[in-house]
Amino acid sequence: MSDLEFAYAVARIRVREKSLLSDTDISQMVGLKDQKSVLSFLMDKGWGDPDTGSDPEAVLMAEEEKTLQLMKELKIDPAIFDLLSYPQLYHNLKAGIKEVMDPDINERAFYDHDRYGRDAMVRILSEKDYAALPDHMRAAAERAYEIMLKTHDGQMCDVIVDRACLDAMEAAGQKSKSPLLRDYEESTVAVTDIKIAVRAVRTGKSLDFLKEALAPCRSLDVRQIAYAAAESEETLLTYLEDHGMKEAAEALKESSSAFERWCDNRLIETIRPERTNPFSAGPVIAYYLARQNEIKMARIILTAKANDFSEDVIQERVRKMYG
Amino acid sequence: MNMGMVFAILGAALAAGLAGIGSAWGVGVAGQAAAGVVSEDPDQFAKVLLLQLLPGTQGIYGLLVTFITLSRIGILGGTPVDSVAKGLAYFCACLPIAIVGLISAFHQGKTSVASIGLVAKKPDQFGKAMLFPAMVETYAILALLVSILAVTNIH
Repeated sequence: MSDLEFAYAVARIRVREKSLLSDTDISQMVGLKDQKSVLSFLMDKGWGDPDTGSDPEAVLMAEEEKTLQLMKELKIDPAIFDLLSYPQLYHNLKAGIKEVMDPDINERAFYDHDRYGRDAMVRILSEKDYAALPDHMRAAAERAYEIMLKTHDGQMCDVIVDRACLDAMEAAGQKSKSPLLRDYEESTVAVTDIKIAVRAVRTGKSLDFLKEALAPCRSLDVRQIAYAAAESEETLLTYLEDHGMKEAAEALKESSSAFERWCDNRLIETIRPERTNPFSAGPVIAYYLARQNEIKMARIILTAKANDFSEDVIQERVRKMYG
Repeated sequence: MNMGMVFAILGAALAAGLAGIGSAWGVGVAGQAAAGVVSEDPDQFAKVLLLQLLPGTQGIYGLLVTFITLSRIGILGGTPVDSVAKGLAYFCACLPIAIVGLISAFHQGKTSVASIGLVAKKPDQFGKAMLFPAMVETYAILALLVSILAVTNIH
């Protein structure tokens, strides 16, 4: 796809950007009294579809599918689309493994996918036809499935699949011609590694677990992070402060939600500069990521409202919006 | 036909050809953006159509210079060019609109795409959005004036 052909896609995206949730919308949602009101607010803005009813998770998944559908309609470079849909693809792998183990799993737990939707994924795993999966997924799928089969260790299964997803994103990001995509994938992997290290240190995970879970990336020395996290939270914080992640360390000292917010804000800042170039995939990718971000915010608020969290607690967890 | 006539016709052809190529490119790329906006918001059709048309003017300017030239060199009227020097003079007189038309239409097309993006997101900013590509038009008009003045003053 030449740069000029992005003119059509970017123009469509410009119109769609008007319906993205703004910071004001998020504040309004936080101020609503319960989950039902938040859901109603979102549905008034066109979220969900006739099949989703008032099931919050179904509404959110419908929105993710709408975004993927739009990306398909825009006919952007399939490599970009594949890269952006890796998290959904690997999510389907995890859901597939769990469904093969426990067939009663909810069908809505799968994302729609042209080649690797629910039926295809379950068939591939049941028949151990790993060759039918993309190259970057085969080894992880086989290993995760075998571990689940032998040990029923769902957490280890998730760690293997998540790590494979990060490795695939990092590799595809490095190959990408789009600087935005490269930077975004790099930031995603780095931020996810830091998140994993923080959770691991707080739950007392071993060095072996960290080595298994952390994906190598250009901006972080994951080996050093693994050793720091295996030692103590203090050592991990010192490492982050000494390696240009002072804000991350400060957010971690403040609270878990402040750290989560820092992670998301960092990703949003990565995509912000590319929003204005109408002859690049930048605005399309930025829109896709912004949609992911607003769906995540909606999920946080819906979950918080369902659990009667106070407005202050929810406000601490919401992030910057793209609009 | 003498070489002077060949140069004069070549100049006229370049005026229409290069300016037309620039306009076709500009209107084409702006049209892609306009179609993108209308597919999402059909109410913006009139606004984005105007923005799409702006890079089309260079092609008209080129055509105008071509007609004036042809009507003075014995093709559509006037007297045939009888010397190489006179033919080269017509050729050079056509170059401003040919070259500036090509380049300005290219840049006006890109500016129109950006303005269409602005209208798509903020329809109430249409007036301002029109001004950005219109600024590029200034230089096409200047080139048109130079070409017309030069062509009509060759004796």
